[in-house]
Amino acid sequence: MAHFTPINQKAARIVRGVADAVAQRRVAAGKDGQVVALQDGPTGPQQPVGPHIPLGCSFAFFPGWEVDANGGTAGLCQPVERDLFDCHLGCFWPAQVPDQLNHSPDWTSKCATAQKDWRKVDLIFP
Amino acid sequence: MTKIALGECHPFEAASRRFLYLIPSAAVFALDDTSGAVVDALSAGNHSVEELVEHLSQRFEASDVETCLAELAGARAVIPEPSRHPEVSTDAQARIIPLTAIPLSTLVVNVTNKCNLSCAYCYEYGEDKITEPTAGGMPTLMSEETARESVDFMFRSSGSLPVVRLTFFGGETLLNFSVLEKTIPYARARAAKEGKRVEFSLTTNGTLLQPEIIEFLADNDVGVTISIDGPREMQDKFRVFHDGRGSYDVVAPKVRELLRRHRSRPIGARVTLTSGVLDIGRIYRHLTEEIGFWEVGFAPVTTSPERAHAIGETGFDSMLSQFRELGQDFLNAALDGRHHGFSNVRDTIEELHKGASKALPCGAGLGLMGVATNGDVALCHRFAGSEDHKLGTVHDGVNHDTQRTFLETHHIDQKTDCQTCWARPLCAGGCYHEAYTRYGTTEAPNLHYCDWIRGWTESCLEIYGEIAIRNPAFLRQFDTNGVESTVKDDTLKNEVPNGSFHAD
Repeated sequence: MAHFTPINQKAARIVRGVADAVAQRRVAAGKDGQVVALQDGPTGPQQPVGPHIPLGCSFAFFPGWEVDANGGTAGLCQPVERDLFDCHLGCFWPAQVPDQLNHSPDWTSKCATAQKDWRKVDLIFP
Repeated sequence: MTKIALGECHPFEAASRRFLYLIPSAAVFALDDTSGAVVDALSAGNHSVEELVEHLSQRFEASDVETCLAELAGARAVIPEPSRHPEVSTDAQARIIPLTAIPLSTLVVNVTNKCNLSCAYCYEYGEDKITEPTAGGMPTLMSEETARESVDFMFRSSGSLPVVRLTFFGGETLLNFSVLEKTIPYARARAAKEGKRVEFSLTTNGTLLQPEIIEFLADNDVGVTISIDGPREMQDKFRVFHDGRGSYDVVAPKVRELLRRHRSRPIGARVTLTSGVLDIGRIYRHLTEEIGFWEVGFAPVTTSPERAHAIGETGFDSMLSQFRELGQDFLNAALDGRHHGFSNVRDTIEELHKGASKALPCGAGLGLMGVATNGDVALCHRFAGSEDHKLGTVHDGVNHDTQRTFLETHHIDQKTDCQTCWARPLCAGGCYHEAYTRYGTTEAPNLHYCDWIRGWTESCLEIYGEIAIRNPAFLRQFDTNGVESTVKDDTLKNEVPNGSFHAD
């Protein structure tokens, strides 16, 4: 930081965090030759800079993540991509609906039609 | 053309340098000429990057300004111009409360609710008390069994923390020395069994210190805080026995004996400032130079505004200017690498250095809880015994729903008045008990002392900046992260404060 010098511990952590995010962007852009993202593409509002969230992954029904980085649905939850990364973590693969057996048995009572009623559904923590 | 704006921040100057204190991150950055010029230009109005580069082209290279903007934007000191009519708030930030049970790091055990003094301003016995100390059949003295149960509760609730702190409080703590004396070895044995370490401390008015008690405290490394208001005429104004007799002549020799014998832990004095006792420099010098305390902490009395001892607006102004004077002494000592015992500055400097940004004003109900003499667990020692602020019992544990609701309703984001204040990362609305006494609810921010908090935080920022530039080695003492910080702040928007206990 040439012009804006971190003084306290928090400032130093922010500077490190920013440096990490820049490094991640380089990786995502393929500049460092490592494959991390599920799908390459321009980063948009759905893909904020760091922490890295694999494209197409949704750990719960989470409005805003139903579209991919290009604003479409082509990049979401493709089985072949799941096989590459993260398919065993918090994703309700392949559909973006909560687990109605164990964690959210009453989900449909509040949300009969997801398209219309999604606002009624809170985040679900498994 | 997209414009950029200055993010929420508070500028300050120290050691002939300019700094920004960023909000809500609580990061402190130093500015150079380029970033200073950018901040000045954006303070005057929002600009596009091109306009800014053009505006500063007489003085700085375009590439320099652009690098500088990237650095400022990375830390969110510079942000995209906020929309005037946002459809969706770009600032929508979820209140984040840890999902897992929060480990208890400090338990304050009120071993008695009885006192041998009758200080008019006392929040437990005085005119502003929350409950009758003996209401609802509350025992005067905590039994040995309840004290042991409290210790068990503490270890049960401490999660994976390697160190826990047990603080004895009252009433006058030493009125129940016999229980305290048995509880300490019990807690040590429990700690050994759990593979943890336990630290002890207590607060006392000093009237009952006897040679054998002093011996015990020294041998057991018990940290001691003495509630004392200063030289005789100040101490005797409010800190009196039931018959109205002043306590200075009883307390002073005993405290001197304690300081002579007990060298294993630093001994601190805790001063309550009132309208009549406000000569801070004199109090400080008396307690450190003449009595020998290692550190002195000052706190304005908690009271309703109509009481005679309440500090009025002019009193707060005078307190602030005196704090600044003593703060200057602290700074001079810090620049020379010497110890200075003004603990109010030291505590604030430490928080500033770590970049504390609080979701909640203190650890009460979070990493710290208080236990009443009957074993009821409350938010903190000040609420011990209050049915309305009960979280559970040491026997049955804490009701986590109650605790969670409390933490949610007291979150800084709920305090509308605080949202535009730059001092909120440190203050977060202030003491719950103070708010309860003033406004009848723990949820209210303490608006009566905002000016004072901002004034004092400003001074501490200046002291901090001065030390950071001129003697950064002094700050190394704060670099080791205490074991109590269990919440990783990169998982939280606002860190929750640890349960560190500022004795009072």
